[in-house]
Amino acid sequence: MAFSQGFTPHPKISYASAAPTGVASEAEYLEIGLREPVDPEQLRLALDAALSPGLDVLDAVVASGASLPDRIEASRWRIELPQVDPDVLAKAVAVFTAADEVLVERMTKQGRRTFDARAAVVNIDVSPASATPSGDPAVPCAILELVVRQVTPSVRPDDVLSGFRVVAGLEPPVAPKVIRLAQGTLTAQGAIVDPLDADRDGATIGGR
Amino acid sequence: MSVPSTTSRPVAANSVWPRLEPLLPQVTKPIQYVGGELGAVVKEWDAATVRWALMYPDAYEVGLPNQGVQILYEVLNELPDTLAERTYAVWPDLEKLMRAHGVPQFTVDAHRPVRDFDLFGVSFATELGYTNLLSAIDLAGIPLLAADRTDADPVIVAGGHAAFNPEPIADFVDAAVLGDGEEAVLEITGIVREWKAEGCPGGRDELLLRLARTESVYVPRFYDVDYLPDGRIQRVVPNRADVPFRVHKRTTMDLDAWPYPKKPLVPLAETVHERYAVEIFRGCTRGCRFCQAGMITRPVRERSITTVGQMVQQGLEFSGFHEVGLLSLSSADHSEIGDMCSGLAEQYQGTNVSLSLPSTRVDAFNIELAQELSRNGRRTGLTFAPEGGSERIRKVINKMVSKDDLIRTVVTAYTNGWRQVKLYFMCGLPTETDADVLEIADMAHEVIRAGRAATGSKDIRCTVSIGGFVPKPHTPFQWAAMQRPEVIDHRLKLLKQAINADRSLGRAIGYRYHDGEPSLIEGLLSRGDRRVGAVIRRVWENGGRFDGWSEHFSYQRWVDAAAEVLPGFGVDLDWYTTRERDELEVLPWDHLDSGLDKDWLWQDWQDALGEYEQDDCRWTPCFDCGVCPAMDTEIQIGPTGRKLLPLTPVNGMKLSAGAQ
Ligand code: B12
Ligand code: SF4
Repeated sequence: MAFSQGFTPHPKISYASAAPTGVASEAEYLEIGLREPVDPEQLRLALDAALSPGLDVLDAVVASGASLPDRIEASRWRIELPQVDPDVLAKAVAVFTAADEVLVERMTKQGRRTFDARAAVVNIDVSPASATPSGDPAVPCAILELVVRQVTPSVRPDDVLSGFRVVAGLEPPVAPKVIRLAQGTLTAQGAIVDPLDADRDGATIGGR
Repeated sequence: MSVPSTTSRPVAANSVWPRLEPLLPQVTKPIQYVGGELGAVVKEWDAATVRWALMYPDAYEVGLPNQGVQILYEVLNELPDTLAERTYAVWPDLEKLMRAHGVPQFTVDAHRPVRDFDLFGVSFATELGYTNLLSAIDLAGIPLLAADRTDADPVIVAGGHAAFNPEPIADFVDAAVLGDGEEAVLEITGIVREWKAEGCPGGRDELLLRLARTESVYVPRFYDVDYLPDGRIQRVVPNRADVPFRVHKRTTMDLDAWPYPKKPLVPLAETVHERYAVEIFRGCTRGCRFCQAGMITRPVRERSITTVGQMVQQGLEFSGFHEVGLLSLSSADHSEIGDMCSGLAEQYQGTNVSLSLPSTRVDAFNIELAQELSRNGRRTGLTFAPEGGSERIRKVINKMVSKDDLIRTVVTAYTNGWRQVKLYFMCGLPTETDADVLEIADMAHEVIRAGRAATGSKDIRCTVSIGGFVPKPHTPFQWAAMQRPEVIDHRLKLLKQAINADRSLGRAIGYRYHDGEPSLIEGLLSRGDRRVGAVIRRVWENGGRFDGWSEHFSYQRWVDAAAEVLPGFGVDLDWYTTRERDELEVLPWDHLDSGLDKDWLWQDWQDALGEYEQDDCRWTPCFDCGVCPAMDTEIQIGPTGRKLLPLTPVNGMKLSAGAQ
């Protein structure tokens, strides 16, 4: 592990667009500076062993070329909305998608801010009603997947849900479950490319 | 398409995690409830015969670094048939949600309900954790009163320094252990194991009886307390045959045989200390009369320089910490501290590892050590604790340091490059007058004046930090009257004015103080008897939590609760705090044996009043405090004459990019 120079040296770690607290994630990325070259797989194993169960280090590559933040253009999220009727959600999504701009508010470190939650959303898919997750099948659960571009101020899944409230009055009765599925560069088709691909010799996505 | 669960960790059968997880996004710092730290252990529930839940009754950020809990956790988990998990106090936001959703007090390791365990061990470094104990018991679904518990409830065991007078919590705990815990928890585990193997004969009562018969586990229910008409205690006597009249403290001898923690916990959330701490010795015979820790941990037992070196090496390698704390009550007193510090400094030179030792001794030697420790470039503030402002009061408290020594030491620090020095004092000491406290201002002024003269610089500072004195059980001051908070606060105000009376000098002096009010409540709890339990309960019922945190502590709530319940017993808050006791009064902890001879303590109290000092038995002959013969222990100190050898470079430890 390399440290910054100075009176109180800090380990060289930088996190790119970390998921908000309380949100699950299957795709977080960080860069660390090392003092000397090591085998990425050895590093991955060592880090994974030191981390809590549930925090798994899946892959490590030697960075070259564009910086990590430059490679993260968008995120794909899945949101589960227990006790929300999928048809109701589909209607809210339709109104949201049709709008040019949906202004929402959130408390940030700089205070309360108002910003557009619409433009950053590249794509929204509502899963068909049958896709009920584990739990009581009698209770409906709406599920959507969305692709959101990395912008400033960042638009998070909860901002999109606020947008549904603004445009369609959708108010989830219980806390939604949010999972980040992927992050990376965005293709013209709206697909997300693993940011580590560029440094992976000929490896393909999902080759983990 | 299947929807992945948001949890990928294996969930134990009796885990409350599925019910807890949805609450976590709604609370502050949810990470503190998640567990799974490096060093944490999760064992199969059914594979264990004896199961302990261990608690430090404060928030995760304070509790996780606690050395006592970490040691016991590791010692217990090393037993193949024993399982130990940790639990901490939950913040009021989560407590509220847990109550609303029926989630019980849980361990952070496998999120198991505390009530499922056989034993619930709670570590009390301070009495201010008592209300949090009640929250945890209640949240766990365990009856608050020990008398109401059944075989379905764990046995609640208190330990740590405050357990030397567990009477205020006697109604709520089933047992208390005085002194070192390493062997005590093993012995308790053995008793529970055997009792379970026999099919739990006699139920809970029999188990408690077996514990009590060891003579080193105190089971309050087997003792009756009788009171005199004036409120004083008449006697404390066993109410069962076979139960000892006095319960004795435990002493772990030969610390080299107990090199814990070997696998320190690495916290997930920010905590008060993020370092690898090694106790370099236990006990202290400097004899400061206010210091309960010094009195109850006798005699001095050193860990050898080589064991310390090995522990540091392995602890750092395991944890990746960058700071090492060399702990003890007076670290500079270790017989080989010089070699230890220079050896470690040598070994870790050029790395990012920094060393620290909580040093309280006021002499030039300390500065030498501090210089060794700051080789890696980090120069943390130096702290000295003269504790008393005047020579006279320092004789009363047996803190043998002269004003000249202090000033010389501090000036040496300044000339060696330190810019900031902290001085610790107490207010409200026995026999103290305004004048004693005001001398602190003179001392601080002289420190700055001499420091400026010696360095030729105005860029030097000192901070005066002062807190209220709390008389503690098993100390010569256990008989002393506390000073009223108004008097303390007045003296603190006078001191502030005196410091600022000289504007130029005053500007270089920081002033930090603790109000007298919280100390008075600490005084009630530290010297309280069983009747004080009703006050603790009332405070807790009225919302009292986290009393160690000034933003949560409410003096009024304590005063009101005391005024409601104590008159029923014919006593009041003052009776417990500002009243001086006489020689023959039965003290609530007289049946709990710290080894100190009560006559010796009384003599030391008289010596204090006579301003007569007492030497240290490490360097002068034994002065018969009573501990060694009573506990069958002896002083264990070096020097061993051994040295620390250079380390073969540990991968990832030697760093080139560190500070110069
Ligand atoms: C590090 C430290 C701190 C740290 C870390 C606290 C922490 N999370 O652990 C910080 C800076 C936060 C701190 C704060 C305070 N501290 Co402090 N602290 C210490 C110090 C230097 C080391 C403690 C330690 O780790 N000891 C070593 C461990 C192994 O010992 P132990 O915990 O007692 O555990 C052993 C036994 O007691 C027993 N045991 C413990 N628990 C249990 C439980 C069971 C079930 C059993 C069977 C046995 C058992 O087994 C263990 C192994 O033998 C001591 C001085 C010292 N050297 O002891 C002061 C000391 C404990 N602190 C003290 C005080 C007063 C405080 C504060 C109240 C100060 C204040 N006014 O704010 C606060 C309270 C904080 C809180 N809310 O708990 C006093 C206690 C005074 C007393 N009892 O008379 C001490 C003794 C210093 C002193 N000389 O005055 N402290
Ligand atoms: S009995 Fe003697 S040697 Fe032992 S701690 Fe007391 S004074 Fe020191």
